[in-house]
Amino acid sequence: MSSKDQILKSVRNQLVPSADLPSLDQDWIQYDDAVAHFGEVLQAVGGTAIAVEGIDGLTEELAKIPAYTDAKKTVSCVEGLVGTVDLDRVEDPHELEDVDYAVLPGEFAVAENAAVWVTDAKIRHRVILFIPQHISLVIHCAGGKVEEAVVHNMAEAYQRLVWSRNEFGCFISGPSKTADIEQSLVIGAHGARSLHVFFVF
Amino acid sequence: MSAIKSYDHPTNANQFNQDQDRTHWHDSSLWFIREKRDRMSKSLPEWETLRSCASQIKAHTVSKLADYLEEFEKNATARGVQVHWAKDAEEHNQIVLEILRKHQAKRIVKSKSMLTEECHLNPWLEKHGIEVVDTDLGERIVQLRQEPPSHIVMPAIHLKKEDVSNTFHEHLQTEKGNNDPNYLTESARQHLRQKFCQADVGITGVNFAIAETGGFVVCTNEGNADLGVSLPKVHIACMGIEKLIPKADHLSIFLRLLARSATGQPITTYSSHFHGPVEGGELHIVLVDNGRSKIMNSDDYRNSLKCIRCGACMNTCPVYRRSGGHSYAATVPGPIGSILNPLRDAKHHKTLPFACTLCGSCSDVCPVKINLHEQLLTLRTEVKNQKQLPMSKTLPMRIASYVFQRPKLYAWLGGIGKFFLRTMPRFLIYNPLNPWGRHREMPEAPPESFRQQYAQRAKKKSDDR
Repeated sequence: MSSKDQILKSVRNQLVPSADLPSLDQDWIQYDDAVAHFGEVLQAVGGTAIAVEGIDGLTEELAKIPAYTDAKKTVSCVEGLVGTVDLDRVEDPHELEDVDYAVLPGEFAVAENAAVWVTDAKIRHRVILFIPQHISLVIHCAGGKVEEAVVHNMAEAYQRLVWSRNEFGCFISGPSKTADIEQSLVIGAHGARSLHVFFVF
Repeated sequence: MSAIKSYDHPTNANQFNQDQDRTHWHDSSLWFIREKRDRMSKSLPEWETLRSCASQIKAHTVSKLADYLEEFEKNATARGVQVHWAKDAEEHNQIVLEILRKHQAKRIVKSKSMLTEECHLNPWLEKHGIEVVDTDLGERIVQLRQEPPSHIVMPAIHLKKEDVSNTFHEHLQTEKGNNDPNYLTESARQHLRQKFCQADVGITGVNFAIAETGGFVVCTNEGNADLGVSLPKVHIACMGIEKLIPKADHLSIFLRLLARSATGQPITTYSSHFHGPVEGGELHIVLVDNGRSKIMNSDDYRNSLKCIRCGACMNTCPVYRRSGGHSYAATVPGPIGSILNPLRDAKHHKTLPFACTLCGSCSDVCPVKINLHEQLLTLRTEVKNQKQLPMSKTLPMRIASYVFQRPKLYAWLGGIGKFFLRTMPRFLIYNPLNPWGRHREMPEAPPESFRQQYAQRAKKKSDDR
């Protein structure tokens, strides 16, 4: 008998009392101002949230970030903004090792934990979400309203997600961090050293 | 600390306690995290609802685990994932090695995975000439020191920055005596970037696997799991069969609980959802039983399979905080480890159910409501029934039982006891035969026993009449 059959058989042979699934339709937390709450939590986890008007507003704000203006190698997957490297022409993701800054699309934000949902749907190499020294996530707000891009809690977040394609998806909340040395928080463990979230309305 | 070779928790704890300052420091470091967890849990009015939901989802999944495992395999396979089944640690290691051999892989980067620790994957791969680098900072520190992790979430919680500085100076040629955590973390970042870029295959654990979609989720703060598996073409994910949940929506419950319980963060920095391999690459999932199906059968211990490995029970445990993770001599230490390890290997881990004050704090903080302290109490009975208890514990109990059943003998011995406590010199009372008195004073002998007082009271009443 294969290991699969053995495991399934031994699992199936158990007398485990049946248990119903709970309802996920509960009174999950709602914030008076979800956008503001997102900004506060993001700040607490080491990131910065900024609302900007159109691509021009985005370019203007990016120009104020030294890590962006000093960057030699940049990647942009956001329409209207050009990087020094065209991701679609990169064959081997290892070539992205020395990217200084990446501006990448985010889909929506979650107020309760400052997470932004990102996927590799429009990104050829998903390592670009993790390997650059610094990252900005750009969320386009439907109807020009920032509130439309922010859900209150994770239950609402999962209602927005579909799993039909083989996409990689990730909730990113702030820059990469560690506290493995004496509980001292250090920003910039392996991934991004800084994270800006832009809401473009 | 790597010198600990005994399985006896009291012996190991005693060794840890030799350095009083360090013990206090360890205790307060963990309590600091426990307090952060408390603040986070109180920020959500629905905290208790989340815990109940999580507990119910896990109970339901275990009750239909075979069906969900089949559903998961079917959906994962449809996405181009290769699913493997391993009944024990050996088979798991063999499967991983075969995949690596097929790709002629020599260099592996691994993100934190308690399952691969449980299976002792690293030494097995090293024996076969493969370099395995743990990429979580804490794990890398203990790997360089050739120590096991002392905590499942914070593997190097037992070390001070001076220790890390010395280790890095020795292995990564960092500046001697530079203890700045920023500097040390930066050095590890540079060192591990090279390893990420050279790796042939990335190995990760799994936090949650979703039957409905055939996908799985890995949570890290550092981003090491993601860097490790998005540069190489091959990703191997190893998971215990209890990591399954039915639907993706259920993640909304678990991701809200996990990081808040573990480190007091609102969520981990990266919660990555893998559904299928990278373009032109391979994704393997190894489903491991290794004793889990046996635990399923027990009404007493089945709940322990709900564990999501947040480590909250360790951070709050008064024994763990003061004895250190290594004293448990097991991959998973603390309250949950004191259940899981004796269930797998009662002979070696028989002292663990006693490394507990039954205070119940672990059960209070557990995000999936495992009745940890109750299970620990039940396990003690089992250790006794298996005749694994030392004479020092069984003999006094037998004597006490004999005496308590004989009131006259009890009264007579009580009088003698009081007399001894009052008149004997200290060295006769506080000696190796009295382990209770090692750190504690014996109670003061009262001038009269309860019996004497009661008898006098009855006499007085009848005199009054």
